[in-house]
Amino acid sequence: MARGGGELIREHMSGKFIIPREELMHPGHSACPGCGEPIAMRLLLKALGPRTVMNVPAGCCAVIPGVWPRYSLKIPLIDHAFECTGATSSGIRAALDAKGMNDITVVGWAGDGGTVDIGLQSLSGAIDRGTDFLYVMYDNEAYMNTGSQCSGSTPWGAWTTTTPGGNEISHRTGKKRILEMLVENGISYAATVNIAFPEDLIKRAQIAQSIRGPKFLHILSPCPSGWKMDPSKTVEVAKLATQTGMFPLYEYRDSQYQFTEEIKDRKPVEEYLRLQRRFRHLSPTQISEIQNLVDNRLRELDARMEASRK
Amino acid sequence: MIDALTANQAAAIAAKLARIEVAAVYPITPQTTISEMMAEMVSRGELDARFMLMESEHSAMSALIGASYVGARTFTATSSHGLALMHEVLMWASGVRRPIVMPVAARTIGGPWNIWGEHMDVITERDVGWMQFYCENNQEVLDTVLMAYKVSEDPSVMLPAMVVIDGFILTHTVDAVSVPEQHLVDEYLPSFNPDPVLNIDDPRRFGGLIMPDWWTEFRYRIALDMEGAKKRIQEADAEFGKIFGRNYGGLVENYRTDDADVVLVIAGSAAGTAKEVVDHLRDEGLRVGVARMRVFRPFPSEEIAELNSKDVIGVFDRSYTFGDGGAMFNEVRSAMHGSDNIIKNYVGGLGGRDVTAAHIEWIFRNMLDILDNGLDRKIEWVGLRDGSGRW
Repeated sequence: MARGGGELIREHMSGKFIIPREELMHPGHSACPGCGEPIAMRLLLKALGPRTVMNVPAGCCAVIPGVWPRYSLKIPLIDHAFECTGATSSGIRAALDAKGMNDITVVGWAGDGGTVDIGLQSLSGAIDRGTDFLYVMYDNEAYMNTGSQCSGSTPWGAWTTTTPGGNEISHRTGKKRILEMLVENGISYAATVNIAFPEDLIKRAQIAQSIRGPKFLHILSPCPSGWKMDPSKTVEVAKLATQTGMFPLYEYRDSQYQFTEEIKDRKPVEEYLRLQRRFRHLSPTQISEIQNLVDNRLRELDARMEASRK
Repeated sequence: MIDALTANQAAAIAAKLARIEVAAVYPITPQTTISEMMAEMVSRGELDARFMLMESEHSAMSALIGASYVGARTFTATSSHGLALMHEVLMWASGVRRPIVMPVAARTIGGPWNIWGEHMDVITERDVGWMQFYCENNQEVLDTVLMAYKVSEDPSVMLPAMVVIDGFILTHTVDAVSVPEQHLVDEYLPSFNPDPVLNIDDPRRFGGLIMPDWWTEFRYRIALDMEGAKKRIQEADAEFGKIFGRNYGGLVENYRTDDADVVLVIAGSAAGTAKEVVDHLRDEGLRVGVARMRVFRPFPSEEIAELNSKDVIGVFDRSYTFGDGGAMFNEVRSAMHGSDNIIKNYVGGLGGRDVTAAHIEWIFRNMLDILDNGLDRKIEWVGLRDGSGRW
């Protein structure tokens, strides 16, 4: 189980790690019970602090902060169309720079569909422009705000309303490798993080904030309604995603890849899959196929890390 | 100072004179030379603006919306398919009240491919909450960009504006343009200071979710302020005249209409040709006139209704919306509802085809014929190769 706030504060007292106390996300948001997004948002804003401006496209992130005139975040927030998170961040950054407000952190915050599918062009453009900003993709692995449709970040075999059989011919390749795509695009810093590893999430966010240029965080963020799981198990499921290797934590920094959370005694993927009814149709053969995919993926990541160190 | 400039050069110079702070560009014919000139001015240090190369027109407009929230005066230019690609974010720009000014090099939209001028691109975007100014010549392009900022940024308006430049006919044709002194432009156009503005110490959300219980009120405010912009446009035009010694007659420029029996309503560069033809026909003693539609959004309903006393009104559409007649024709007809004059639609100048003096003269003679013999056809496609063009 994830450690509670008390334990984190004890760690803080012992000098091990500090989670900032300032709350920039307040109660009264409109997320579903057990949603990972507000956990991710709260931690990220703690990491970045109040001199932060955020822009969000369509998605759960457009609903969760509240309905006008209510608003639960304590930073300026700009809403915009679905496919233009990177471009809007570029514009905000340009205007802040023009006004001499260079110390403000600009964050584009979008879901997986808004990033790896419809928003990919705009994100690529922002990297190409060298926009000094942090792009955060909270990944709940489908178009969840419209009710669980398959996205380019849906894992192989998962049920969605548009992949009712789980393994549709239109989505054979599984999750797009967005982080590696953006590295090849020229991003300055990129990391995968997980709401079940809050200290790591905060650390990566602060590293990203300290680097100039375009940065990327890929946050795994469970969606109990879309993943068809017990909303009290959000953190447990998220943790298993990393412990099974389904969602490895690694970063790209100074031209090198490295794991940021070593996976010791890696658990079988079945432990992760069985807690979510989006995977319940899978046969034992299909589960071992997923196990093979994960094994191969980790081997490939190992090789990539090795190669980047040479 | 008088310079020999294309309309695209005039537009870029106007942006510089307006002291824009953020520009976002993406190339498309026949707009591209505006972006190129902006890039040159920035790289030579003549223009102190953040200059962004975008990966699409959709992104260009999105970036400007973001920049405008921070309080920056913003600029881009586009055309045709680029404007169509922007459609979604054009509505965002007006819906969240960002006073972005954008020259549009008016061009047809494919397919099949055609890169030349007509008004289809801008006419298609007539209902997205942007003001639309149609320019007759290169001087008017420069002046209208400055006026557009003045009106758009007025706290009572806060709506974006398109400055329509006929593709190739103006964008790529050199004409004498008087470039105003910077200090006079500064006097005319103060810096942009929107309220509210994005402020790190007073965190607000901009453009967030509105439920049905308030949406209608938000829409009503846009409609109301677009209507109010008519007065602001007239004032901005008059003030421009005081400072720079030339102005354009507000929303509609009436040319020799006072005693005219027949009047042609027309927008853009072809209006210049039409005025020339009016002079020539007046020499023959024919009582003809031109009402140049300078502003199509907000729609000048009062000015158009004043043409009620004319016996025959022709409306020239340099585009065709595939319904019952052209867009300008239908709106003029609507503004004259209840009057007993005859209104006819002329469609022409599509996809780069010239609107010649001969075409316009034919239109006037057709209208004079209607004056004597009654309406022949409701819609006339002018200059079709087989001479049919009517139903």
